[in-house]
Amino acid sequence: MFGFGKGDTNALTMNTAHPDSLLDTSAQDVIGKPLDRVDGPKKVSGQATYAAEYALDDVAYGYLVRATVGTGKITDLDASVARAMPGVIDVITDYATFLRNPQQGGETSAPTQGVEDVAYHGEIIAIVVAESYEAARDAAEQVKVTYAPGEGRYSFLAHREEAEKPSTQQIPPHHKQGDVDTAMAEAVHTIDVTYTTPSQNSAAMEPHASLAVWQDGALTLYGAYQMPASDKLQLAKSLGVSADKVRIVAAFVGGGFGSKLGIAPESVAAAIAAKRLGRPVKAVMARQQVFDATVRRSNTEQRMRLGADADGRLTAIGHETLVSNLPGEDFFEPAGVATHFLYEGENRLITHDIVRLDWMLAGSMRAPGEAVGLIALEGAIDELAEKIGIDPIELRRRNEPREDPEKKVPYSSRALIPCLERGAEKFGWAQRKPAGTDRRGDWLYGIGVASAARSNMLQKSAAKVSIDGQGKAHVETDMTDIGTGTYTILAQITAEILGLPLEDVIVHLGDTDAPPGAGSGGSWGAGSSGSSVYLACEALRGQIAKAMGVAEDAMTLKDGRVIADNRSVPLAELVGEGMEATGQIAPGKQEQLFNQASYGAHFAEVAVNVVTGEVRVKRMLGVFTAGRILNAKTARSQCLGGMTFGIGCALTEELVHDPRNGKIVNRDLGEYHVPVNADVPQLEVEFLQERDIHANPLHAKGLGEVGICGAAGAIGNALYNATGVRVRDYPLTLDKLLEGLPAV
Amino acid sequence: MHFTINGQSYQAEPDIRTSLLDLCREHLGLTGSKKGCDHGQCGACTMLVNGRRINSCLSLAVMHQDDEIVTIEGLGTPEDLHPLQSAFVRHDGYQCGYCTPGQICSAVGMLDEVRKGWPSHVTGDLDAPRFNDDEISERMSGNICRCAAYPNIVDAIREVAEADGTVDIALRQTVEAGA
Repeated sequence: MFGFGKGDTNALTMNTAHPDSLLDTSAQDVIGKPLDRVDGPKKVSGQATYAAEYALDDVAYGYLVRATVGTGKITDLDASVARAMPGVIDVITDYATFLRNPQQGGETSAPTQGVEDVAYHGEIIAIVVAESYEAARDAAEQVKVTYAPGEGRYSFLAHREEAEKPSTQQIPPHHKQGDVDTAMAEAVHTIDVTYTTPSQNSAAMEPHASLAVWQDGALTLYGAYQMPASDKLQLAKSLGVSADKVRIVAAFVGGGFGSKLGIAPESVAAAIAAKRLGRPVKAVMARQQVFDATVRRSNTEQRMRLGADADGRLTAIGHETLVSNLPGEDFFEPAGVATHFLYEGENRLITHDIVRLDWMLAGSMRAPGEAVGLIALEGAIDELAEKIGIDPIELRRRNEPREDPEKKVPYSSRALIPCLERGAEKFGWAQRKPAGTDRRGDWLYGIGVASAARSNMLQKSAAKVSIDGQGKAHVETDMTDIGTGTYTILAQITAEILGLPLEDVIVHLGDTDAPPGAGSGGSWGAGSSGSSVYLACEALRGQIAKAMGVAEDAMTLKDGRVIADNRSVPLAELVGEGMEATGQIAPGKQEQLFNQASYGAHFAEVAVNVVTGEVRVKRMLGVFTAGRILNAKTARSQCLGGMTFGIGCALTEELVHDPRNGKIVNRDLGEYHVPVNADVPQLEVEFLQERDIHANPLHAKGLGEVGICGAAGAIGNALYNATGVRVRDYPLTLDKLLEGLPAV
Repeated sequence: MHFTINGQSYQAEPDIRTSLLDLCREHLGLTGSKKGCDHGQCGACTMLVNGRRINSCLSLAVMHQDDEIVTIEGLGTPEDLHPLQSAFVRHDGYQCGYCTPGQICSAVGMLDEVRKGWPSHVTGDLDAPRFNDDEISERMSGNICRCAAYPNIVDAIREVAEADGTVDIALRQTVEAGA
């Protein structure tokens, strides 16, 4: 790594393993430590600035107007009353340009545009702009829209027979290997069951918000976005301007969980209004609009078939999933994505088909696929263990594959069984009683287990790191921190490799004027963005060694000093007018040569009230492996968050679609029930040591989603163990339990 | 109208429709308090008014002439954090940070309610309230955290309650009640 001059680019494509990591040989000793977030003091004191909070002059307030029919054509939009109201500036629409629905994550094209033909109830069709928020909101109620109503498909059950195969994408929708039907007929033990999960909403605490301002033909949009680099391209295409005329700023994002991967309707509405008015326009979705017009996780119907021999070795795995989405939208919830590689079994059938419905867009929500797919797979595994009469952990052990059972490639690293065994020991698995037998007063107790798995992904990502004349490092990338801890782990990687105290690293995120980063999604953020920072710092080490006049491997960087050749020199003295380098990581052949995934094991204890059917989660433990843990504190928090999403998924979260028009009935946080503090016990998280040299130079794998994968399944299995009642229709609400509970 | 916010005097003539939350966020430059739902369902907007925690999105600004209002900005600054603020940092009692100002303001108000001996839904004996993790979780359940830092929030609040005497006061009340 010699010969880097100022402004060099250090690029790496992961075609081969990367066995050595500077994070193992550096001396600063900050990597992996449970350090407090560097952006923490700002967040706890209200000084972190989110999209709607930039103090621009002369901001006009936008309020979005929604369609109130399920489908139909807008025949008239009468804004005369609204326009005449005090404080109202204008009522603006542009039927062709407004976004019908948000874009999916990472796409570089515009989302589906055009709102005159209403595609779903709640579609955003206009924006009222006024001098105050209150004036805009009230005027929006006075916009009179007339529709020629259309014929819609609003019921999943009524249209499930019309399911169609999605067009082939990154994830193949269908996979067939061997003959599942014959293997099922010949199997000693079989399970053939159907699990269903409802539509869900990410419900990030910060509603989608855009503050748009045009200057000299260029747009700056302060937005709540997870992936600014591709969001910028989506926005430019939607507006018909070149990408160099669009800048997105997302320095702080109040949660995303998939719902802010692609641009949403408020962005284009704000941009169009700001251009027409010649002044900044702020458009923040009301919470109800977030529920109506952003993105949901699709409902699923999953037929799960397992066939096993007398010893419980799987001979057949069938996982056939039906999901729903709008016409023209190819995204499907890949519920079978982990089923491809989690267990052994020669005959396999994993399919996904889409039922076309006139419901709001379906797209990514935390761990698209595994989050609900592992409910079915891990539930069925639990059912099979019960049927055979062996321990569910032992059943998983007997089906542990030596290599990817479909692609026949090795796992880059895999510690599923150690996670299960460690968890069993820590949780007291040996004390598990037969189903329905542990009654304490009015409560039935039970414990359950489920495997966790989430594919690891690397995305192209770039970052610039510079060292200024004071010896401080500055990291610049349009990568985001949506609560994931990016600010902190990028500072730790930089501090570790450049030998700096953490406070001497300043991280700038979420501005598309900086090099394009991977964005936050798919659990790839830390591995991808972190690797780009690693590579930039690696190049800087070369520059520092050159300035010091020593070989790079003969040099130690620590506490802001360069130590080599019996000399210890402050870094600030060596950098001259400053040093900088850009790092760029890209996925390569390692993705095809190895199956890469993070793993874990969930253990849950629930209590079920025999009188009311109320379910309480009493204890929960997650044991995970995800390669190198970059910050033990923020990593644990990511898993706590995922596990809690699992609690919501298992017990309370369900979007209800009105079968008459597709309208989301429970469109607020009072009716869509995300877990609150009292629903969540003091969860436990443990990480097992691991390194993955095939993933990236950090040896780290994804962590943001593995915590939800399998979590709901463990609760479902615990609920069965408590009651002896197997409910396969999620969420597991009390009405579905009551009939099977013992007489009071 | 006159408002006292974080010990400072503000003059404003709010629209009668303006919530206390929007007065602060949109008119006074105090954007620390967050809007998550505008319906009193999430708690992100929690402020202290005359010492009591309220959902400021459900309260009209015009109702607060001369009230003593404290927002997150009034509790501490990055350089000089309130004990609850620094406990939230230490225990990672947040992730995205959007619900955090409301959580912290709510915790300040909640601990005061405990010191006054107010019971909660999970208090077994109303004459002898105890203070424990279940009480913290229950009393903080008006503040949603979708990142789900709940266990860390409980740890942070418990640590402060032990340090600032709240736990001792609660214990004394329990003993005095003869439990």
